[in-house]
Amino acid sequence: MAKLIIPTPLRKFTGDSAHFESEGDTVQALIDALVTTHSGLKPHLLDEDGRLRSFVRIYVGDEDINALQGDQTPVAQNTVVSIIPAIAGGSN
Amino acid sequence: MSETAFSRAELERYSRHLIIPEFNIEGQRKLKNGKVLVIGSGGLGAPLLLYLTAAGVGTIGIVDFDVVDDSNLQRQVLFSVDDVGTPKVEAAAKRLRALNPHITINTYNTKFTSDNALELINEYDVIADGTDNFPTRYLVNDACVLCGKTNVYASIYRFEGQASVFNELLPDGTRGPNYRDLFPSPPPPGLVPSCAEGGVIGVLPGILGSLQANEVIKVITGVGTTLSGRLFLFDAATFETRTLKVHKNLQNPLTGAQPTQTGLINYEEFCGLKVTTRADYSDVKEINVVELQKLIESGEPYQLIDVREPYEFAIANLNGELAPLNTVSEYASRIRRDVKVIVHCRSGVRSAKAIRALEQEFGFDNLYNLKGGILAWADEIDQAVAKY
Repeated sequence: MAKLIIPTPLRKFTGDSAHFESEGDTVQALIDALVTTHSGLKPHLLDEDGRLRSFVRIYVGDEDINALQGDQTPVAQNTVVSIIPAIAGGSN
Repeated sequence: MSETAFSRAELERYSRHLIIPEFNIEGQRKLKNGKVLVIGSGGLGAPLLLYLTAAGVGTIGIVDFDVVDDSNLQRQVLFSVDDVGTPKVEAAAKRLRALNPHITINTYNTKFTSDNALELINEYDVIADGTDNFPTRYLVNDACVLCGKTNVYASIYRFEGQASVFNELLPDGTRGPNYRDLFPSPPPPGLVPSCAEGGVIGVLPGILGSLQANEVIKVITGVGTTLSGRLFLFDAATFETRTLKVHKNLQNPLTGAQPTQTGLINYEEFCGLKVTTRADYSDVKEINVVELQKLIESGEPYQLIDVREPYEFAIANLNGELAPLNTVSEYASRIRRDVKVIVHCRSGVRSAKAIRALEQEFGFDNLYNLKGGILAWADEIDQAVAKY
């Protein structure tokens, strides 16, 4: 199963869980499974047409999926997929 | 550069640098000739400034408009209790000059804005971004790109930290990726965790700010390989670290295939911050803290609803019934319609939102927003209530 790492700002939608695992064989399948399980995450990751939002980066291993095959990038067993959010600071 | 001389005191002070073979006196000369502007002297700025000063960066500029507050001392190790109430740049400069008298510290007690950004940045070689909000992040990035300066970046949120080096001059004469290659535009305000949901573990900016200082030193001296083209991630809670690749983005409005932006813009507007303001809730009925105190003392029945989070309630509360904003609808059946109901939060914004939602969804007409929230109560009624 591929392992998805949930960043801190989004963990409130996953019951504070930092990881999500699914059998999906593409990034899209993995994200679909994630937002099905944790529906509160959906508006943060996908727009109304179901496309990944521009301010969220998805990485497979250390590579941006935009440099691979986008949301059709295949994921294998034990692939680590990261959601990278923009964070600004924490002082306020 | 070779004419830059060191006094005996400097040579002795920097001797642990001078005996690193690949660093040596040439690296130290580059530091002494280096000019670094640190934007923000808070959690990230504290270790950045301390280490850059100790390391002997010759000219350091500090931009900050804030004054030292009690709540800063949990992480901003540059300051002490005596500094509370003093402008941060002043307190910082005093501490740093005491640490290293051989360097020049310039202070700018002002907000970093589109009006002064280019002028400030142009005076320096390397910029270190220690700010804490999206508009200033984009402003720092864009100003660095427009002026051709390297932007050493770090950012933190709760247990999570990010660091990178943006827009660095590469050996082939081109510039490395910048912040907009990674995040072309900011998340809309509604999707960003609000101030009340924020917070940060105090050590985290210490770790990320130290990494930033290290990158600044590498950029100046050319020693080692910087984080240009890479994004470092650190989760302090799980101790997971990752280093990801950052590519140039053809859609980048400054440096992409078809640049559409040639100057600075209004960054508050760009980040959508003017969309959500208190004015949107100006027709929500209000009660001020003095009126609430009178109501409590009058013996008249009322109900007090607190729409903050449980962890905020634990810091300070007014004995209200806790019904956090995002679940307040579920609490509607327990909200009375036969008495005055006061709704409060920290400063009055979330409680106004809650009232609007309850009025629209359930038709309440007896809800009053506590103006200024528990902060106003702490200021005007009860000094024993902690402000946070």
